[in-house]
Amino acid sequence: MSTVSESIPTPDQAQAGDTAAGVYDPNDPQGPPPQRRAMIAAAIFIGYFVVILLVAKFAPGTVGVIARGMLRESLSAQTAAVAIAIIGLNVHFGYTGLLNMGQSGFMLLGAYGFSISIWKGLPMPVGILVGFLAAFVFALILGVPTLKLRGDYLAIVTISAAEILRYVGRLAKLENFTGAAQGIPGSQYRDPFVNLSFFGDGTFDAGGWLPNLQSTGVNGWWVRFVAWLLVALCCVIVFLLARSPWGRLLRGIREDEDAIRSLGKNVFAIKMQALVIGGLFGALGGMVYILPSSMQPDAMGRNLTFFCWTALLLGGAATVFGPVIGAILFFALRVFIQGTAGAIVPDSIMNLSQTAQFAWICVGITLMLLVIFRPQGILGDKRELRFNV
Amino acid sequence: MSEATIGTPSKLADPEARRALMSGVSPEAGSSKPDPILEVDHIIRNFGGMTAVHVDHLEVQRGIITALIGPNGAGKTTFFNLITGFDRPSSAKTGAHWSFEGKKLDKTSASSVALAGMVRTFQLTKSLNRMTVMDNMMLGARGQRGENLLTAMFKGTWGAQEKEVEKKAYELLDRFKLYAKKDDYAGSLSGGQRKLLEMARALMSDPTMIMLDEPMAGVNPALTQSLLSHIQTLRDEGMTVLFVEHDMHVVRHISDWVVVMAEGRIVAEGPADTVMSNPAVIDAYLGAHHDTDLGDDSLLSDEALEEMAQEVAAEEAEREAEEKS
Ligand SMILES: Nc1ncnc2c1ncn2[C@@H]1O[C@H](COP(=O)(O)OP(=O)(O)O)[C@@H](O)[C@H]1O
Ligand SMILES: [Mg+2]
Repeated sequence: MSTVSESIPTPDQAQAGDTAAGVYDPNDPQGPPPQRRAMIAAAIFIGYFVVILLVAKFAPGTVGVIARGMLRESLSAQTAAVAIAIIGLNVHFGYTGLLNMGQSGFMLLGAYGFSISIWKGLPMPVGILVGFLAAFVFALILGVPTLKLRGDYLAIVTISAAEILRYVGRLAKLENFTGAAQGIPGSQYRDPFVNLSFFGDGTFDAGGWLPNLQSTGVNGWWVRFVAWLLVALCCVIVFLLARSPWGRLLRGIREDEDAIRSLGKNVFAIKMQALVIGGLFGALGGMVYILPSSMQPDAMGRNLTFFCWTALLLGGAATVFGPVIGAILFFALRVFIQGTAGAIVPDSIMNLSQTAQFAWICVGITLMLLVIFRPQGILGDKRELRFNV
Repeated sequence: MSEATIGTPSKLADPEARRALMSGVSPEAGSSKPDPILEVDHIIRNFGGMTAVHVDHLEVQRGIITALIGPNGAGKTTFFNLITGFDRPSSAKTGAHWSFEGKKLDKTSASSVALAGMVRTFQLTKSLNRMTVMDNMMLGARGQRGENLLTAMFKGTWGAQEKEVEKKAYELLDRFKLYAKKDDYAGSLSGGQRKLLEMARALMSDPTMIMLDEPMAGVNPALTQSLLSHIQTLRDEGMTVLFVEHDMHVVRHISDWVVVMAEGRIVAEGPADTVMSNPAVIDAYLGAHHDTDLGDDSLLSDEALEEMAQEVAAEEAEREAEEKS
């Protein structure tokens, strides 16, 4: 109870920095809180990587091993892929308030569209388009019946639709089309992407500062470079959209649809646009996700959706960089907990596979603590989440 | 200054002109008006077995303040919801018609009603609490190019328009004494300030007619005064105002015409000073208390209401006693 009253700014706090209080001045410049938030994000990024790099390079023994594991996980292309999917989920939930519980379904469609097309001999750009198109159609099919109803319906429909998709993909009858439960080996669709690399052969480790990986390879620097470049691109797109009047509309819809309707806006159309845009990000995430590995339907099930939600809440919903920070910290934290537990707790009490499970339990507890004590995540604005009426 | 918000005074800014205009209108429920902006026919809304609204005919005159009054539960809010597209009449397929400025609204969505120029506020204020006051205001403006997904990413296409909208928002906020709060979250405003914000936001869309559902509820007396004068200013600038109030004495000062609802029906219409003495209205409000003057402010004091409640209870006890004997 007391935390709520403490968190509401008193009038003096709220007006601090408001120089022109009460007087209308057409030339009054407005303070830029989004820029401050970007600075905080940058500080967290740089701080985290400086610490991890130093510890990974210089710390001896287990500490160094754990730090190197965290660094590897933080830079991995699959972390970037999940970050892209979370950026899409952020458009859904963070900005528009849509409860999409099936983001992994969008990833699955993007991944299937991409990998099947190339496997069947189509060029890569076509594969990318097919992946996006599948997610687009999926968004329409989910949105038309549910977006006019209350929010919970979308949650129910998305979670079941994503599971249905996965089970259809696993059907043995479809073995020649989707590869059934085994999926599609990476070698069937990866080559056109790997061949684009201008990183050359050999390995690279930046003088021992970074993990020693192939420059191109299957899961080397090339796929990491492209994946994180795409993350940056997605952040720019979301930044541009969120600051626009369209982004303002999304936030308005998140707050109160009826109020927005009463102002003459077509709420259904805007929610549909948000669902499609976020779904396309999900599809892109799915395509990146399978590049360094293989196309396995079970890798994109309910679990992945819940990871996305945890990472989004960790980083901060309705912020541009929250999904990225959330994704990196989420995966690094898991490695950290697993490594630490493995080093401290003797094998007789907790063996290797048990520490892995223990790490997931800790992640679940983190999510609970987060929602209770810091619902705005690392980057979010408390005031955007606190005034609940 | 944008012409729609702070414009030239309309002909009807003169009280004499308004009185002359409405003097020809017969003071009875459903009477026709010289220049109706809104016409409603045969709107019925049932909730289960209960009829919340049953309006056979109503016309709202353009350019004046019409008050829609009636006791709690009379169906005023439901009626608002019906004509603004937030609810559907039960009589939708059996002859419910309503039109705004001659344009049929029978099957129109809430957003299209607003686009037609009829903008409403809500009894339970719908300020967007986790957005700033300024963002609330900006959402009100119509036809923003930046709200189109295809152009939203390119500020060049909407930046100039955004500046104009901002300027208009500043002017309205200034007028409603909310300018100092422009960067605060709407959730940190007082209840009365949120009512003002909601009204200012509705005005951002340059409506032809504004419909206010209990704009005075929960607003402190000082703010009530300024709210009333804002509403009068809007009328003087040519806007049509329809506002709901269940409390008659607030209505008396500012309304040019009063429509009285009770148990879902329009029971009376007329100028504010005479409609209060209409027996139908007295019945609606007080049942048997014919001898009380409804225009009297003292009627609304707490003691007076308590006294009345006691009288009613006493009467009922008497009746019960009679029935038993
Ligand atoms: N959604 C609903 N479901 C059932 N009954 C309702 C609903 N909305 C309103 N009512 C009933 O309709 C009647 C009219 O309510 P309302 O329009 O809110 O009255 P007013 O605004 O005049 O006080 C009330 O008796 C109320 O209980
Ligand atoms: Mg009401």
